[in-house]
Amino acid sequence: MTIVDTRMKHGNASDGLLGGRLARVDGPAKITGAADYAMEYFPEGMVYAVIIDSTIASGRVVALDTAAAEACPGVLLVLTPDNALPIRTATGWMGEPPPPVPYDPLAREITFAGQHIAAVIAETFEQATAAAALVKATYEETTPISSFDDPRSGEGNPVDMMTMEWGDAEAALVTAPVQIEQEYRTPREYNVPIEPHGLIAHWEGDMLTLWEPSQWIDGMSRAYAEWFGIPFENVRMRSPYIGGGFGSKAFPTRYGAVAAIAAKMLDRPVKLAVTRPQTFTAFGGRPATRQTIALGATREGKLLSIVHKGANETSMNDVVVEPLGSVTSIMYATPNFSSRQNIVPVNTVKPGPLRAPGENPSAFGIECAIDELAYEVGIDPLDIRLLNYAEEDPHAKKPWSTRRLREAYAAGAEAFGWAKRSPGVRSMREGRQLVGYGVAAGTYPVRRTPGEAMVRILSNGTIEVASSSIDMGQGTYTILAQTAAEAIGVPVETVVVKLGDSSLPRAPVAGGSQLANLMTGAVHKAALAARDELIGLAINDPNSPFRDLQANTLTIEGGQISSPRDTGSALGIAEVMRRTGRERIEALRNTLPEELQDEKERFRNYTTISTMLSPTEGDYSLHSWCVHFVEVRVDADFGTVRVARMVSALDSGRLYNPKLAESQWKGGIIMGIGQALLEEGLVDPRNGHVMNNNLGDYLVPTNADIPDLQVISVGVPDTHASVLGGKAVGELAIVGVGPAIANAVYHATGIRVRDLPITLEKLI
Amino acid sequence: MRDFSYLRANSFEEASSAAAMPATMLLAGGTTLIDLAKCGVTNPERLVDITHLDGFDAVTVDAEGASIGALAKMSRVAADPSILENFPAVSEALWQAASAQIRNMATIGGNLLQRTRCAYFRDPASFPACNKRVPGSGCSAMEGVNRGHAVLGTSQACIATYPGDLAAALVAFDAIVHLGGRKVAIDDFFLLPGATPHQEHAIQPGEMITAITIPASVAARHSTYLKVRDRQSYEFAAASAAVGIELEADRETIRDIRIGLGGVATKPWRARAVENALRGKVLEPDIVKSASRLAVEGAIAHGGNHYKIELAPRVVERAILKSGALA
Ligand SMILES: Cc1cc2nc3c(=O)[nH]c(=O)nc-3n(C[C@H](O)[C@H](O)[C@H](O)COP(=O)(O)OP(=O)(O)OC[C@H]3O[C@@H](n4cnc5c(N)ncnc54)[C@H](O)[C@@H]3O)c2cc1C
Ligand code: SF4
Repeated sequence: MTIVDTRMKHGNASDGLLGGRLARVDGPAKITGAADYAMEYFPEGMVYAVIIDSTIASGRVVALDTAAAEACPGVLLVLTPDNALPIRTATGWMGEPPPPVPYDPLAREITFAGQHIAAVIAETFEQATAAAALVKATYEETTPISSFDDPRSGEGNPVDMMTMEWGDAEAALVTAPVQIEQEYRTPREYNVPIEPHGLIAHWEGDMLTLWEPSQWIDGMSRAYAEWFGIPFENVRMRSPYIGGGFGSKAFPTRYGAVAAIAAKMLDRPVKLAVTRPQTFTAFGGRPATRQTIALGATREGKLLSIVHKGANETSMNDVVVEPLGSVTSIMYATPNFSSRQNIVPVNTVKPGPLRAPGENPSAFGIECAIDELAYEVGIDPLDIRLLNYAEEDPHAKKPWSTRRLREAYAAGAEAFGWAKRSPGVRSMREGRQLVGYGVAAGTYPVRRTPGEAMVRILSNGTIEVASSSIDMGQGTYTILAQTAAEAIGVPVETVVVKLGDSSLPRAPVAGGSQLANLMTGAVHKAALAARDELIGLAINDPNSPFRDLQANTLTIEGGQISSPRDTGSALGIAEVMRRTGRERIEALRNTLPEELQDEKERFRNYTTISTMLSPTEGDYSLHSWCVHFVEVRVDADFGTVRVARMVSALDSGRLYNPKLAESQWKGGIIMGIGQALLEEGLVDPRNGHVMNNNLGDYLVPTNADIPDLQVISVGVPDTHASVLGGKAVGELAIVGVGPAIANAVYHATGIRVRDLPITLEKLI
Repeated sequence: MRDFSYLRANSFEEASSAAAMPATMLLAGGTTLIDLAKCGVTNPERLVDITHLDGFDAVTVDAEGASIGALAKMSRVAADPSILENFPAVSEALWQAASAQIRNMATIGGNLLQRTRCAYFRDPASFPACNKRVPGSGCSAMEGVNRGHAVLGTSQACIATYPGDLAAALVAFDAIVHLGGRKVAIDDFFLLPGATPHQEHAIQPGEMITAITIPASVAARHSTYLKVRDRQSYEFAAASAAVGIELEADRETIRDIRIGLGGVATKPWRARAVENALRGKVLEPDIVKSASRLAVEGAIAHGGNHYKIELAPRVVERAILKSGALA
C-alpha cells in the first residue's frame, strides 16, 4: 500500500486548503527515488517473461520452432498459442458482455507488425531475452495495408453513430457567398510515457496479485478476474505511482494476460516489462486522422454552413473511433451543420486513447479552417472567432453551464499583445527569421462518473483518505489531502492519502479528465460524514468534555474542536478521541445515484464506463475551454519552426490546486508543441512497421524546444459541472495547440501546412 | 544467453593484440556499441575495454595544431578553452551532438566510429535486407522510410547517412587519424559505401584509434558549425556545415575556405567544389549563394530525403556568411 504523507515545508497554511497552491505531496518521494513504482517489486522466486512479436503485419504463423529456446539455460517455459493455459474473454470497457470464446493473447492470425506470438519465461531477464531471439516463426505472409494512404484501404466504413446534422448543410454551403474547403491530417502519435508498461503477476492459490501501472485499477482487475474465472475480490492490483499514461495505461492488455498465464502455469511470480520499441505496438496510440472541412460564410465571415467529413485508421478487427466532429460541432454557431465519420481498417495495432482523443485532432481541423476563413474574408483571426461565438451548445441546443471563452480570448490577447500583430502574411520578420502570430481555441468535455472514498479519523488525530483511484502525476494524492483537510478542518499535514490498490474503496477510470472532480466530490462527502460523526461523538459521548456544553454543534478548525459558544474550550482531535476511547471514526461514502447503489450496479459503475454521463446529460452542456496565442519564428531558409512565446488562457472552472492545474496545462501545451512540430509514427509502407519506434527517433520536445509558457486561469466555479465546481483540466490544454502553431506558421510564411507535424521540408 | 568475454586492457599493446583476435570489439563509452548490441546488430564475442588505458585522453593545442586523445570525452573536448579558441567549429559540433549524458560518456574515438541511424540497419529481426549488415542482402531503405538518408556519396548498395557531427568539422580541417603508428588523413579514413557498405573505415584488425590531430590554420580559427535539425537539442543533423574562412588582407577576398558537411552524405563530406568556386573570390552574398549550390552536385534523392538537396546548400551558404563575419 502506498501511503503518501502530506508534508508542507514551504508556503503557508492556506496552501493546504482547496484552492491552495500546495506542492505535490508525492514530490519528495519521486525526487529522492523513494517512490516505489509497480515494476520495482521483487517478490520471492520471481522469473522474467519476454514477449516475441510478429515481424510481418499480415498473414499467419504457420510454425513456431521453440526447440532452441527451450534448450537454453534458465528457460522455464516457451509460451505459444498451443500450450498456453486457455482463458476466457472478459467484459468490454463499455460493459458489453463477452462473447463465449477463449481469449488468445498470443496470435496465430497476424493483423499487424509487432503482434505478440509467443513468450519466453526464464530465471533471469537476460536468459529470457537471449532465448526469445532463438524462437523461429515461419509465416504465410499476405500483403498488408499499412496505412489509410494505401489506396486499397478505400474510404473505410461509416460510423453512423457519429453523424451530426442540423439545417441543410450541403445546400447552405453551395449558396454561401464565401466557400472554402480543405483537408487536414494528423499522423499516428504514440503515448511513450517515461515509465514503460509492464507488470508482475503473482498467484497464491486462486488469488492473483498484480503490480501494474494502471489508470483504472478496478476496470483492469475485472478483466483479470474474468479471464481466469475467479471472483473480482481475488484480484489485488497495486499501482502506487504511475510514470505517465496519457490514456495508454487504462485498459487490460494482451501482455498482461500473457504474464498472468505464465505465472499461473509456472506457479512463480512473473515480471514482464514492455520494451521501448514495444510501446509502439503492444498497445496503440492515437490513430492517423484526416478530415475535410468545408465552410460556407457571408462575406463578413459569419458562418452559414459547416460540412465535415472525417476518417481515422482503425485496426483490422476493431472498431476504434477518434471522434473528429467533437469540437467541430460545438465551437462555433452555425445554422447548418453536417459531420460524418468513417473508420478505415489497416494493419495496425488497435489504436488507443492519447490525451484528448477526438477533441485534439478535431480542433486541428476546425481551428485551422476558421483561420483560413479569416484570411479569406480579410478579418482578424480573433475577431472571426468572436463573430461566430456560440452562445449556447449549437449541437445539443442547451445552455453552457459556463463558457468563459470570451474572457479567455480577452485575457490571452491582452497578455500576449495580439494587437501588435500586423495582418499580412510574411509581414513580420527579424533578420532571416519570419515571425508569425497564431491563435486557436480548444475545448474538452466534462465527463462524470460517480466515485467512492473512505475517510478515517484515527485516534492520534491523523486523517486517512483511501481510494483505489490513482496518481499518474496529475496530483490526486495532493488534492484529495486538501479536500479532506478543508472538509474536516484540519491542517493538511495531518492527512495521509492511500491510493493505487484495488483493496481500497473503488474508483472509476482516471481518464477523460474526470478523476479530480469525481474524487474530490467523494472525498468531500466522506470527510463531512466523518466530521459529523466526530462532532456527534464530542457532543454525545459521556466522556467528552463537550458534553456538558449541550451544544447542538461544534466547530473544527486547524485540527481543534471547539464550541461556538465557548471558544476557550478547544481540544485537539486526538484528545477527544482519547477521552472518548474511540479507536477510529470511519466513513465510506459514494456519490452514486439511488439507482446505482446496489452491489451489481456499483460494480458496473467502477469496472466499466457505461455509467459515465455525457457532457450534455442534464440541463446544461458542460465543457472546459481554452485559447492559445503563439508566436513562432520560422527560418526563411531552413524551414525550421521554433515556438518563441506562448500565452494560453483557460477555463477549467474552479481549480482545486492552481499550481497542479497549471502544471497539467503546461504539460498538455508541451505535448501539443511536440504534436505540432515533431511527433509522427513513420510507417514502412511495405510491411507496416513503425520505423521510429524508440525515443532517439520518435521525437518529443526537449527543454530547448519549449519557451516560457504563460497560462492564465479564467474559470469560475461551475457547480453544474461538479460538486466542488471544477471542470476538466488534464486533457484540455493540448487541444488547440497544433492549430495555433499551424496558424502562426501560415502568418509567418504564407504557407498553410494542413498535415502535422510541421517539419522543415514542408516549408522550404 | 549471449555470452561474451570482457577484457580490461591495461596497456596499448594489450589492447592492440586483443583487438587483433576475431569477433573482438573495442569498448569505449559504449553509447553506440551497447545500443547496437541490444538491437542485435553487433554480437561481439570479446569486448576489450580501453577506457582504463592511461595517456590517451589528453587534449593539447600548440602552434602546429591540436592533438586529441581517442579516449577524451566529448564534453571535455567541447569545453576545452584552446579548442574553443583555435577550432571553434570542433567545439560547436560537439556541443550540438547527442545529449549531455551521452557527451559525458562518449569518447572521441568512439564518436568517429558511431554507426548510421538507418532504422533498417538497426532492426535485423524485421528487416533482413541490409547490405551494410549482411553484404549482398539488399537495401531496405532505398524504397522505404528514408527521410534521414544520404543524398551524397550513395551507391546502389547503400544510402545510409554518416550521422556524426564532429567528423564533419574534422574533415573540413584536414584532421589526421592516428592508429598507433599509422596515420590516415580523415578523408581517406572514412570509406564510401560503393559495393561494400559494410566497410566503413580504414582500420585494420588489431588497430585502434589513439588520437586525432588537426593542423592549425587561420581558417580553423575562424570557423563555425551550423546544424539544422528537427528539434533544438538531442537530435542528429538534417543538414550541417562546418565552415572556416581565411580572408586576404583586403578583408573581403577569400584566401582559404574549408567546408565539411554532415547529415547529408554517406561519410563526412568535404564540399571541395564550393571551396574551389570561392577561393580567390570576394566574400559577397550572391557569390556565396551560387557557389553553395555546388555542395549538392551529383546528389541523388530517394523520395523522403529530397528536401536535403534543397536544404544543404542553404546551410552551407549561411555557415559561410557566419564564418565570414568572424574572419
Ligand atoms: C540517442 C543518440 C543520439 C545521438 N546524437 C548524436 C548527434 O547528434 N551527433 C553525434 O555526433 N553523435 C550522436 N550520437 C552518437 C554518439 O556521439 C556516439 O554514440 C558516441 O560518440 C560514441 O562514443 P563511445 O565512446 O560511446 O563509443 P563506443 O560505443 O564505445 O564505440 C563505438 C564504436 O567505436 C569503436 N571504438 C571505440 N573507440 C575506439 C578506438 N579508440 N579505436 C578503435 N575503435 C574504437 C567501438 O568498437 C565501437 O565499434 C548519438 C547517440 C545516441 C544514442
Ligand atoms: S541504407 Fe545501408 S544501412 Fe540502410 S538498409 Fe540500406 S544498406 Fe542497410
